[in-house]
Amino acid sequence: MNLPQVVQYCFAGITVGSIYAIVAIGFNIIYNTTGIINFAQGEFLIVGAMTAISLNHFVPLPVAIFLAVVVTTIIGGLVEIVFIRHVRNASVLRLIVITIGISILMREAMLHIWDEKVRSLPYFTGTGVSTVTILGAHISPQVLWVLGVSAIIVMGLTPFFRFTLTGRAMRACADDRMAARLCGINDRWMVTLSFMLSAGIGALAGCVISPVTQTQYDMGASLAIKGFTVAILGGLGNSMAAVAAGLMLGLVEAFVMSQFDIAYKEAVSIVILLLILVFRPSGLFGKREIAAMRAL
Amino acid sequence: MSNVLLETKGLHRFFGGLHAVNDVSITVTQGAIKGVIGPNGAGKTTLFNLIAGTIQPHNGEVIFRDKKITALKPHAVACRGIARTFQTTKLFSHMTVLENVMMGRHCRTRCGFISGMLNLPRTWREDKQTKEKALSILEDIGLKEHAFETASNLPFGRQRLVEFARALAMEPELLLLDEPAAGLNIYETKELAKLILWIRDRGVTCLVVEHDMSLVMAICDDVVVLDQGRKIAEGPPRTVQRNPEVIRIYLGDSDA
Amino acid sequence: MTHFRRYIPVIAVAIGIIILQVVLSGTRSTYYMTQITMSAYYALVVIGLCLLMGYAGQISLGHAGFFAIGGYTTAVLTTFNLMAYRDTPLVSLCHSLGVVVQRQDIYGADILAFSPWPAFVVAILLTVIIAFMIGLPVIRLKGHYMAMASLGFGLIIYRIVLGGRIFGQADGISNVPPFKIIAGLEVNGRAAFRIESYYIAWFVVLAAMTLAINLVHSRVGRALRSIHENEEAAHSLGVNTYRYKLLVFVLSALFAAVGGVLLTHYNGSIGPSEVTVTKSVRYLVIVAVGGMANLWGALFMGVLLNFLSLRGVFGSYDDAVFAIILITIMLFSPQGLLRLPKFRTVTPLLSRRANE
Repeated sequence: MNLPQVVQYCFAGITVGSIYAIVAIGFNIIYNTTGIINFAQGEFLIVGAMTAISLNHFVPLPVAIFLAVVVTTIIGGLVEIVFIRHVRNASVLRLIVITIGISILMREAMLHIWDEKVRSLPYFTGTGVSTVTILGAHISPQVLWVLGVSAIIVMGLTPFFRFTLTGRAMRACADDRMAARLCGINDRWMVTLSFMLSAGIGALAGCVISPVTQTQYDMGASLAIKGFTVAILGGLGNSMAAVAAGLMLGLVEAFVMSQFDIAYKEAVSIVILLLILVFRPSGLFGKREIAAMRAL
Repeated sequence: MSNVLLETKGLHRFFGGLHAVNDVSITVTQGAIKGVIGPNGAGKTTLFNLIAGTIQPHNGEVIFRDKKITALKPHAVACRGIARTFQTTKLFSHMTVLENVMMGRHCRTRCGFISGMLNLPRTWREDKQTKEKALSILEDIGLKEHAFETASNLPFGRQRLVEFARALAMEPELLLLDEPAAGLNIYETKELAKLILWIRDRGVTCLVVEHDMSLVMAICDDVVVLDQGRKIAEGPPRTVQRNPEVIRIYLGDSDA
Repeated sequence: MTHFRRYIPVIAVAIGIIILQVVLSGTRSTYYMTQITMSAYYALVVIGLCLLMGYAGQISLGHAGFFAIGGYTTAVLTTFNLMAYRDTPLVSLCHSLGVVVQRQDIYGADILAFSPWPAFVVAILLTVIIAFMIGLPVIRLKGHYMAMASLGFGLIIYRIVLGGRIFGQADGISNVPPFKIIAGLEVNGRAAFRIESYYIAWFVVLAAMTLAINLVHSRVGRALRSIHENEEAAHSLGVNTYRYKLLVFVLSALFAAVGGVLLTHYNGSIGPSEVTVTKSVRYLVIVAVGGMANLWGALFMGVLLNFLSLRGVFGSYDDAVFAIILITIMLFSPQGLLRLPKFRTVTPLLSRRANE
């Protein structure tokens, strides 16, 4: 392979990898606040994209995307309020099973609202054939949009969690919910907020990637699995590591696609997931607290 | 009858930077009731966990009946003849009292998946024996009328007794009791003392972690004192009681 | 003898099955038997999963994968034409042993393929091996990590059968021959064999239930329940928790695989739709609704829900219905429907107490 081809594959890899990273960050936000793994995370991306696509028929693209993010954020909050909030004495496992049910429900709802056709948002700038040349490779400008939006999300979240009161309150809930409550933090609200935040960034990511990968009602599950793999790879709860892990997975997938049959692309993330769970559940960057992950 | 049943040699265990058990060597003679006392955080439960196989020491050995058991997992240690109770009662809440005690017979019985699934005659015999032994222990301990009740429905003190019955069903040679008097009132503690003596008379050696000094003084032949992971003193209760180090760690220095 | 009181429901259900058949034949509605038979085979997966989830307290989100291993193995072996290799030593040895037979496919051409019984044995062996390999690392994991690992396993199987040419990719494998169990008895989907297949299916299911009931009432069953209740205590009593969890996992995989084999021969085909995540979730829903640790509940719910689903009662909302049921159960009654107070009079018969 010559340099332009390598660059091409690298960009393809980090494009899709940054989306995986956003999904993983969505997982981490909810996990950090509640300890739950939200299986419906992938659906938020699809709901966001589908909503934007439909709204785009009536309003200009930026407005459509903005409204779609708002709608999905509200849906995220509703999901938490209706399903998660009132579960008493829930074991984490039970809540995870509930989110599996929610993801199926959302998927079926999307199927009945939008049908199974493949759709996509129009390219943000330019068209499907416009290209930008970097290091001899022809890259679609949408790729730059994806990378830009992802970077903004990641860079926006870091100061949010570190410096704003709300962000720190959410981190407090993650560390010790009872102590947070004793400090006057409304922990139930924080949980809802975490769902809303995850849904919102998911919707944004779904919109920005839609022109590149197309959008179909059942893509959520595959995104969720890959996002989860990335989250575990980086160490559950560690969003900075998730970014690195996401880019890694994206690049590995691109490499596999370049050398082998395209059908094996899907298998990559699953194999990595299984390997990580078996050998290093604390993730590549996580501390070796294996005792916490393992049963006896 | 001065057989050493259990011996620990130079046990060390770290948790991160904390040296939880620091060069602890004790011996337990057969037929004795030995107490393990010390302030909170002294490493008593950790010591139990090391003996029972729940965690592994970073250094040192555990020797039971002249054989090294240091590396064994808890279930293997149990089958060798060491039973234990826990600080917080770990009963099988949704199972009946009888079923709980029958579980104690697990390491003394053998029928597996195949004979279980096919309901072979040898399982009938074994299960019948298991049930009979369990019932007889319940009778000895005085819980027979509760046999078919769900374990979690019993009052706390009775639940403790069920845990004892379950441990006894294992026919152990050594019984590790982790704070058996925790949460019991004076009368219950007196009953507990009688019970432990009765257990010893059945031929079971006991190693007891306890905070309740009256219980320790009443029943223990021999006491070892731990503080911050180290063994401070060992000997008959009266002697240990007068040891200035021991007094200091419990009552504190006048300068502190 | 008190040992046999546990079999009363088995007898009762057997009688019910017979009555049902007579009624259906009498009212000329034997076509219902097809869905009932299929539901019975699906119920085998549910019985195994009930042992794993309800009694041993482990979770598997990929059990459809084991169903597929059973089904696809037998499908491949009994349809793959070895005619081109008939002169190789291995194939001619198998031919002379009767393992590989010559038969006619539906177009009348002669093909050489494995006969169903050897294929069945291979499928079972393969399932046991894979279940051990998967189970060894996965059983160690806690709660949601095990859930994800099992999900990953199911997905891998799905990708393999979807992508592999030998598995027919998206179309799956069809023209799977009927399974001649012994002379005169075969698992065959054609209308003429409806009643025969119905009884064979229910015989297998009741046999499986008997084994499961026996296990639950035995020393091993108590040990499994103790692991579920309090693993640390069980461990300290001498229960090798890891080994038991692994063995139950393999056992449940076996049940699923047998279901897969028999249903494949009954349907004459198998496709990737049998291995989807929604299928695995469906099995989970059924076990949950049936009452987690309630074998009869799981069987009843399994047959009922699958029957309704197969007859199309839920229409295009099929998956949604199962999802709603799942969420509802998890929200309000995680012990399952058949444990709610108003069912209490029924549960003593259906539950699994050892106090006979």
